[in-house]
Amino acid sequence: MTAATLFGLCAAVLIGVGLYGLIVNPHPLRKILAFNVVGSGVFLLFGAIARRGAAAGMGGDPVPQALLITGIVVAFSATALAVALLLRLFDVSGSATLSSDVPARPGTDTDAR
Amino acid sequence: MLTTPGGWLLLVAVLAPFVGVLVGLALGGRNAPRVAALILPIGLAVAGGIAWTLLQSGDPLVYLLGGWAPPLGIALRADGLAAAMLLAVAVVVCGIGAYARADFGSVTGEPAQRASFVYWLLLLAVWGSLNLVFVSGDLFTLYVALELLTFSGVPLVCLDGRGETLRAALRYLLFALAGSLLYLLGAVLLYGGYGTLDISLLAGRVQPEPIAWAAAALMTVGLLAKTALFPLHIWLPPAHAGAPAAASAVLSALVIKGSWFLVVRLWFDVMPGVVTLPSAQLLAGLGAAAIVVGSVVALRQERLKLLVAYSTIAQIGYLFLMFPLAFDASGSTLVHGTVLTGGLLQAVAHATAKAGMFMAAGLVYAALGHDRIADLGGVARAMPVTVLAFAISGLALMGVVPSGAYLAKKLLLDAADSSGQWWWTIVLQGGAAFTAGYVVLVLTNALRRPAVPVKLVKRVSRLSEFAALALAVSSLLLAFAALGPVPGSLISNPLLPKELVPTLLIFLGGTLLALGLSRRALFGTGDTDGTVRRAAVAAGKGVELADSFLRRWPSAGLALLTLAGLFAWLMLSRNP
Repeated sequence: MTAATLFGLCAAVLIGVGLYGLIVNPHPLRKILAFNVVGSGVFLLFGAIARRGAAAGMGGDPVPQALLITGIVVAFSATALAVALLLRLFDVSGSATLSSDVPARPGTDTDAR
Repeated sequence: MLTTPGGWLLLVAVLAPFVGVLVGLALGGRNAPRVAALILPIGLAVAGGIAWTLLQSGDPLVYLLGGWAPPLGIALRADGLAAAMLLAVAVVVCGIGAYARADFGSVTGEPAQRASFVYWLLLLAVWGSLNLVFVSGDLFTLYVALELLTFSGVPLVCLDGRGETLRAALRYLLFALAGSLLYLLGAVLLYGGYGTLDISLLAGRVQPEPIAWAAAALMTVGLLAKTALFPLHIWLPPAHAGAPAAASAVLSALVIKGSWFLVVRLWFDVMPGVVTLPSAQLLAGLGAAAIVVGSVVALRQERLKLLVAYSTIAQIGYLFLMFPLAFDASGSTLVHGTVLTGGLLQAVAHATAKAGMFMAAGLVYAALGHDRIADLGGVARAMPVTVLAFAISGLALMGVVPSGAYLAKKLLLDAADSSGQWWWTIVLQGGAAFTAGYVVLVLTNALRRPAVPVKLVKRVSRLSEFAALALAVSSLLLAFAALGPVPGSLISNPLLPKELVPTLLIFLGGTLLALGLSRRALFGTGDTDGTVRRAAVAAGKGVELADSFLRRWPSAGLALLTLAGLFAWLMLSRNP
């Protein structure tokens, strides 16, 4: 088993764990953290692909590395936006929960503009 | 591959809105509406220029960023599909901009001013991101554009800063991010398998093998989560209903189209030979379920904005009906034919009509101070232009001649007949009745004479009313705009018995659905409900409960993963 394959499998585990956390955890901060775990898994997979596809004499394929950096920046901005929304939600409503999405009586959501 | 002479227009189409965002941010508060008013006509002109250049030359416009050709560089590419969407989005954005001048044009007071400032910048950002989605030539630029679109759309949901809307925005963001990660995972797998992410190069290299199936399934499901196709619509109703009307129009009419367009690009351009008919049937099956469930739950709503939000869920289903009908005669590859034109027409018709509908609903809310459907009596007399805009949007969505939806339905019905898929004929014809149901519900209530004359809390701006009406009418007359590429014989006289009977049947079906399923009886009080109505109401309640069950994180997450597995498995049935 080469190093690239090992890292690839590790990435698959990260993605699986992260997806489980994203879906199952009710608290939004945990969902954000799980999203970051999935993101790390996807980027690790891309890195393993870069290593596997490297030309002779090079450490890694440069195109995935460039794409990875963009991806990390995008995931970072996503996390920043999500955390900002979460902080504002906590400021406004005093609790950080997503759970009021299903109202007690279906069909009458709370009054909105 | 070289940059074509008109290619720079693509660059301007993407950059102009973002330059507007930066300039608006720098100039601050009161200048944001002015910057937007400057950029909107420029963008419309550029979109028109792209369409014109394409019609003249007949070849797609290409622009190579930095002069480097793929696979190392990035190409922006505009074919007919992209040019049509660019133009449609530009028109809708201008309409929404005209409408929003009343709500967000010049406001006083600190929080309202901040909301107005943010709204204009986000409108431009959504527009720029959509343009980038339409003209991107490789999958990673599409990922960036998709994320830009999500980041621009999410704050629109919580513009008013209340706890409920912040919650809806956070839910939208998290579910959309889950979708983007699945899309990115698919793109990574494609790079690993084929060494490039450029769409035209990839189309030549992709083979039906496990890595392509896995990538296609993951990317499709991720994009479906962002498009809120049933059963992945967990985030849409509270998000679209909680946003201010001008923002809901942007979210429903435009933001959804970005991820839908990506599914079309993926299936038609990157993997036409990899996706199979059974997987396309699954996609359209989800669409049919969306139409039924969305329309039934819409009929059960008490508030107008929630009704329109659920009608968006139903209309999204329509956008996916074209996939199984677009296969070639042997049923092995997707072709760019009349069915794709039909799907495109459906998307454009929906964008314009849905924007008009949300704008009309917002005007009613602003004028009455509430949007309870049961208490809408007398609104038609007090605000005729607004109710007319709503009615025309509804007619356009139903597919009455000569709307864009009608022509799209005709094209798809032809394909269903010629390929022998009779079940889609039933869905296409019957779906219009479901749409008619909730339109009839709202109009019946609006046209009712109230016990006390209705008192308007606020006078709404004429510009907003006519902007809504203009978009609704453009959707109704869209079939004439499409006459070029499509035979004119498809549009027949609406008063001929051949056309009149189906239209009347649609209205009749819609009225029956509204009578049976609406939360409060349309006529008379609820005490004397007959057995049929009681049974229908019980059925409606059941569908609503099922929908609220599906709109929880565990069910939606399970649906996400199950659908990914199903798509991959259905693509396996092809012999490589």
